[in-house]
Amino acid sequence: METQRLLKESQIMKIHYITGIAAIFVVAVHILMRLVVPFESSLNYDYIIANYKNIFYVLILESILVLISIHGFNGMRVILLELRQNTAWEKVITVITISSMIALIAYGTRTIILANGM
Amino acid sequence: MSINDNKIEDKIKLKVYRENRRENSKSHYDSFEVPYKRWTTVLDALLHVKNYVDPSIAIRYSCRMASCGSCGMKINGFPRLACYTKISELETSTIECEPLGNFPVIRDLVTDFSLFYKHHKSIQPYIQNTENVETAVEEKTYSYYQTPQEVDKYLQFSYCIKCGLCYSACPTVGTDLRFPGPQALAQLYRYYADTRDESKKRLNIVDDRHGIWRCHFAGSCSKVCPKGVDPALGIQLLRSYMLGVSKNNKKQAEKIEVNLD
Repeated sequence: METQRLLKESQIMKIHYITGIAAIFVVAVHILMRLVVPFESSLNYDYIIANYKNIFYVLILESILVLISIHGFNGMRVILLELRQNTAWEKVITVITISSMIALIAYGTRTIILANGM
Repeated sequence: MSINDNKIEDKIKLKVYRENRRENSKSHYDSFEVPYKRWTTVLDALLHVKNYVDPSIAIRYSCRMASCGSCGMKINGFPRLACYTKISELETSTIECEPLGNFPVIRDLVTDFSLFYKHHKSIQPYIQNTENVETAVEEKTYSYYQTPQEVDKYLQFSYCIKCGLCYSACPTVGTDLRFPGPQALAQLYRYYADTRDESKKRLNIVDDRHGIWRCHFAGSCSKVCPKGVDPALGIQLLRSYMLGVSKNNKKQAEKIEVNLD
């Protein structure tokens, strides 16, 4: 019997490709913003904290976190799905990857919020 | 062809994989010296061995002209049709014949195609049209008109002879037996692109965790196809339809009434 799923595989893969392409752009902006100051200065504690106070930079960091997490964990799910072919394995892999993704996004968001001082 | 071609008879060493699943025998290779000429194919050489040296070698073959797709095997590690591979083209002194990869071995070079055909059958490889043309009208029949451009969309995929070489070469099939494989997916595209076909549900069959999205696009399926079919292209075109990048704006084939009288 066909298991009812929240999303079709084509919809999941569409999200996978969109997040992958979007991540390239936000990571590029993130790297370019590091290049506007000397590299050593970009790693300075005060400079990093100042970045976290910049709402534009915070939005970029949060986007990177969300996009890379979705893309990366789905990629891992896809790789792990190939290892075994049974429903129990598929369910375990799906639950583990989704919960890990949520946990990472939550922890990363918490770090951003704390550093921002919101 | 010169007269000398008929006189010169070189010999080649043929290494043949031997295994009998029913007897649980240990796999090994048997070597044979086989005379060959410029036009001798690997199948000819194997049949020479079977006829004059060792009749117990198991080979599956039929047409000897690359039409039936029965004699697929790994020749020097590459999936090929034995009847379509000339010994002189291989340019090696030893030829190694092994059963196709990704298929269970039944005996020697004969493999079990059950799962392969199951995948092929699962994609419903036939034209689905709600109108039962044959029984709709007693005295008339319908003909579905297609332009050459519409035929070109799927023509190359209809040349598939189900030899299993692409399935054997596919790295995804090697790890995931629920993956339909390049042959089934290319055939799905063949029927999906056909203007006579009305089925909209066919794509859902492969929109699965082990479906079309597990293709790594290695492209080895297209490289080994003896009929020039490009299954990797079919898979990518199907994906583009499923992602909504391409629209399947196929106009339904024009129905023409033909009066048999």
